[in-house]
Amino acid sequence: MLVITDPLAGKLGEVAGTTRGFMGRHRGERDPRLPPGQYDTGQDWPVLNEEATPKLDTATWTFRVEGLVAHPVVWTWDEIRALPRARYAGAIHCVTTWSKFDMTFDGVSVDTLLAAAEPLPQVTHVLAFSHTGYTTNLPLDDVRGQKAWVAWEVDGQPLPVEHGGPARLLVPHLYFWKSAKWVAGLRLLDHDEAGFWEQNGYHDRGDPWLEQRYQGD
Amino acid sequence: MGPTSWESATVVAIRAETARAKTFRLALSHPGRHLAGQHYVVRLTAPDGYTASRSYSVASAPDGSMEFELTVERLEDGEVSGFLHDVVEVGDELEVRGPIGGYFVWDGTTPAVLVGGGSGVVPLMAMLRLARRERRPDLVRLVVSVRAPTDLYYADELPGPESTVVYTRQAPPTTTRPPGRLTTGDVASAITGGPGVTELTAYVCGSTGFADAATDILQEMGFPTERIRVERFGPSG
Repeated sequence: MLVITDPLAGKLGEVAGTTRGFMGRHRGERDPRLPPGQYDTGQDWPVLNEEATPKLDTATWTFRVEGLVAHPVVWTWDEIRALPRARYAGAIHCVTTWSKFDMTFDGVSVDTLLAAAEPLPQVTHVLAFSHTGYTTNLPLDDVRGQKAWVAWEVDGQPLPVEHGGPARLLVPHLYFWKSAKWVAGLRLLDHDEAGFWEQNGYHDRGDPWLEQRYQGD
Repeated sequence: MGPTSWESATVVAIRAETARAKTFRLALSHPGRHLAGQHYVVRLTAPDGYTASRSYSVASAPDGSMEFELTVERLEDGEVSGFLHDVVEVGDELEVRGPIGGYFVWDGTTPAVLVGGGSGVVPLMAMLRLARRERRPDLVRLVVSVRAPTDLYYADELPGPESTVVYTRQAPPTTTRPPGRLTTGDVASAITGGPGVTELTAYVCGSTGFADAATDILQEMGFPTERIRVERFGPSG
């Protein structure tokens, strides 16, 4: 495959050409928490899925860690909620160019889940999968070290179904499609395996600060 | 889909679809290669380097030419849509990147039911246009829901044996259906006489509320979740 590296991606302020008549709106007040190419959505929390919103029952809901692990583990809803709680407070960044600040998510750290399953030494990547069949791939190092959570509350309330409830993966330092809604588990792999959006042209890592939106960025 | 780069496109035509929607016909320097259902990102750049980008669905069918069309709804307070509507003229250059998307795509060969709400008709129109151009209108059934006749995009082109327009607030005097929300009956009668639920793939596009309601209708009709493809238009334009 011919890979063309986009010379503009990730270089804020390097301009190919200006748009006639466009001055932009947010003069001189750009929030330093905003990665390149993003805007602050304020109070809105846009919903973007390309799947039907599923109806999941917490009575039968499960979360599993499987693949290259010493002990595959399955948690029920009650079991995962009995684990030590962990919180993320901060921003989220969607590849469709909105960011949202000052959010609070509660759930469990992925570190806690991985510790129970004990990843084998050869693990390099994980494939997160959802109850809908959605998948997304992540380097192992992006989901451990207090960087990733399975979250079931947002701003003190149960996570609404349109935002991935009852529980979603939360990897807020990457674009938000990595934070799989309706998450069902993590499969630990010794190689990278493209997920749903990644097979459809989106970036394998998705770092918003590097504007890794599409394959080739 | 392979990697894509930013490139310049020339605005070659602009036309109003409704009081709040305009179609921009853009010319690339090479043949386009979009599929029905895909979108492009449009990026505006200010003299100091500030940029604003938004995604817009392609309304035109793939035709191998260098031109394609984006239909843009003017959003309340929309930084990009407002600029496109109020400032952009024929002859302007716009930076674009695409085509993007590999899931909400119809390849033109399989039976499909297309359900759109308001501006959600845009990617579905690309599919309808493709079906008609390929002389396979039998493959698609389009159901579009709008508030009133003046809100219907592509009003001179969309109507036909493949399409059904549902009015939620105000219907034209020529229709017998009273104004109201999309129902199971609307979708069921639209697909009557064509391929059945077990053969169709459904493409739903619209606001979150519309998409959820349409998804519920399709599931009630027996569509399995994996054959319902949904694209939502949030306040991100």
